[in-house]
Amino acid sequence: MLSRTAADLYWLSRYFERAENTARMLDVAWNLSLIPFAVDAREEITAPLIITGSREAYEAAHDDIRVDEVMHFFTLDDGNPGSIFHCLRAARESAHAVRGKITAEMWESVNSTWLELREIRAQGLEGYGASEFFDWVKNRSHLFRGATYGTSMRNDAFRFLRLGTFIERADNTARILDVKHQIGGFDGDGAVDFYRWHALLRSVGAYEAYREIYSEPINSERVSELLILRPEVPRSLRSCMQMLCELLPAIEGQAGQQSKRLAAVQFARLQYGDLDHIVDTGLHEYLTDFLRRVNELADTIRQEYLEVV
Amino acid sequence: MGPLSLPDVSGYDEMILPGGRVRDAYKGYHRWLLGQVHDGLLRKRKEAELQFHRVGITFNVYGEESGTERLIPFDALPRVIPAADWRRLEQGAIQRVRALNLFLHDIYHDQAIIRAGRLPAEQVFGNAQYQPCMQDLDLPNRVYSHISGVDVIRDGEGTWYVLEDNLRTPSGVSYMIENRRMMMRLFPELFSQQSVAPVEHYPSLLLETLQESGAVPNPTVVLLTPGRFNSAYFEHAFLAQQMGIELVEGADLFVKDGLVYMRTTAGPQRVDVIYRRVDDDYLDPLALRPDSMLGVPGLLSVYLQGNVILANAMGTGVGDDKSIYPYVPDMIRFYLDEEPILANVPTWQCRDPKALDHVLAHLPELVVKEVHGAGGYGMLVGPAASRAEIAAFRERLRARPANYIAQPTLSLSTCPIFVDEGIAPRHIDLRPFVLSGKETRLVPGGLTRVAMSAGSLVVNSSQGGGTKDTWVLEDGSC
Repeated sequence: MLSRTAADLYWLSRYFERAENTARMLDVAWNLSLIPFAVDAREEITAPLIITGSREAYEAAHDDIRVDEVMHFFTLDDGNPGSIFHCLRAARESAHAVRGKITAEMWESVNSTWLELREIRAQGLEGYGASEFFDWVKNRSHLFRGATYGTSMRNDAFRFLRLGTFIERADNTARILDVKHQIGGFDGDGAVDFYRWHALLRSVGAYEAYREIYSEPINSERVSELLILRPEVPRSLRSCMQMLCELLPAIEGQAGQQSKRLAAVQFARLQYGDLDHIVDTGLHEYLTDFLRRVNELADTIRQEYLEVV
Repeated sequence: MGPLSLPDVSGYDEMILPGGRVRDAYKGYHRWLLGQVHDGLLRKRKEAELQFHRVGITFNVYGEESGTERLIPFDALPRVIPAADWRRLEQGAIQRVRALNLFLHDIYHDQAIIRAGRLPAEQVFGNAQYQPCMQDLDLPNRVYSHISGVDVIRDGEGTWYVLEDNLRTPSGVSYMIENRRMMMRLFPELFSQQSVAPVEHYPSLLLETLQESGAVPNPTVVLLTPGRFNSAYFEHAFLAQQMGIELVEGADLFVKDGLVYMRTTAGPQRVDVIYRRVDDDYLDPLALRPDSMLGVPGLLSVYLQGNVILANAMGTGVGDDKSIYPYVPDMIRFYLDEEPILANVPTWQCRDPKALDHVLAHLPELVVKEVHGAGGYGMLVGPAASRAEIAAFRERLRARPANYIAQPTLSLSTCPIFVDEGIAPRHIDLRPFVLSGKETRLVPGGLTRVAMSAGSLVVNSSQGGGTKDTWVLEDGSC
């Protein structure tokens, strides 16, 4: 496969996944900010800025951290390269560039997403409804994934699409989980923390999984274990690395030795890791190290497959 | 609004006879149309637009805000060509393209036609499209124009004429295929009632043509596009996908040790045939335009060594230039020893002082075109122009007469289309696509372009023209 095509497929699914995860993260922040006894709505709404590392960019353009402005910043703001609007436009541009390498149904799901997004943007987030918008983004992502899964040939095009999905998801799950570190006073067993963990699990669609696997009340250690180590949870770090480890060796040709090695090492760390080690290391430190490794892997994939000279 | 009625027509209409009866080929369709209502067709038109937008069948318009994508207006009434008419058109188009390929081979080799005094040497060698580097390069099958678009029209009497030949990178074939798909989606019952000749196999024939254009067995074929901001990008992507070949941009290819490779995730892969939708001048920044970002450095040297095939070949533009056009009927006689099956439109070459005098005296009746123009730009349609426009054009014509040709204003045939008010006649043309490999052939049909406003003769999509499905009815089906 052409390296440029592989890059566009990879970024197409990365951007779509990023849009979905941004919607998931905002959904939590939005819901928490509405809870009447929340300690400080501002605190909740600051979290997404910290998680995504875009606080400075936001503050450069805004005087104050306000719920509606942060929401706009992450959803429909053309000026924020991390906004859902921006991600879905980039996804659509990548898809356009590889129009001939994806199925008609995949293209239609990307393109109609973009066309609808433009209409939503004309209405504004308040007119459309924030929760409705987050649901819409998630549904569009489900649709694209379903179209991909249901119609794409199982070839390298499919593999590079999936590669983008799991690199992005591994990064995003780690960032969302690190929110505990980002919000002050988020460690007790009070009602607010319960809501936070509850919302975090819902945001990654893992609430039911928690209930099914654990009989104990929601607490930070179990949530960490669930989202880092559990193989059954599709957004856990372990699941993401396992997928990357299966995808990379399946790509045709002999390229990518370094990428395969990095993925395998990281997968082994998760496969044979345990909660005690994470607790001893400290969750924030553990996640920071993980993010660094994922970025290194992404960078190596870029060099070995996507920008071949 | 309720039932639909047919409009009165003047001139030659493809469907309707003077007095309101319909031609034989349209009888089946007309029976179906009588059962339709206005709102029903309106709904179908909306459905088609929505579908075209969703599938992304759009084109980019030069000069408009970048990234502007527009739909080419699609008309849901088919243009029907009876089988007998089609056979003649088909033979005429094949004959013409064969002669043009022989002409290109000749001018890049022995120049027999010039030595025989049938065509002035300066018309070839003074032509900006002539590529001296092509001299004595032997191409497999002696094919230069692998893909040719021959634009034909009918005049007010119903006679077919060739308006122009397109031998560089003719586009529009994706609309031919998508229009048919759309019609089958909107009106499946029509296709069970009549036997419309299929066009969907065009990409297979195209791939076959490209594969046999080189000497290598099982060649690697790629489609080279200028990129996604090109007006025809949709078509490039569409054709690459339909043929199952890579859609490449210049930066995806590189030259090493006299061969062309593409950059893939598994390392460099040799490329044998390039279906290029990039103009000659932009193919190789080392040999041609140094500012071009679209091409591949060194490509031309590989091509001239015979290590890669370009389709179409370099330098085909000299064959479809409007200054060469008047000589095509004579080429057919010269190379094939046959009489032309399809006529040329009578043409005055303004480079000839006598012709220029005639043209200047009759400007309001004539269509004047730039010799190297395309896309309907830089032309004067006399009967539709204001006095000021004619006066301005007169000056340009006097300043550079050799830059222009003139033709009588043919009242192009009309075909009914569906407009907000109902059914109305509009002028149309037809572009069949001729493929030249080991043999020369075409699929039964082509792209019918429509001037969407009443009375207009400009069918170019860049100027708001639309398209409609083109049916070649197989015998005995009306």
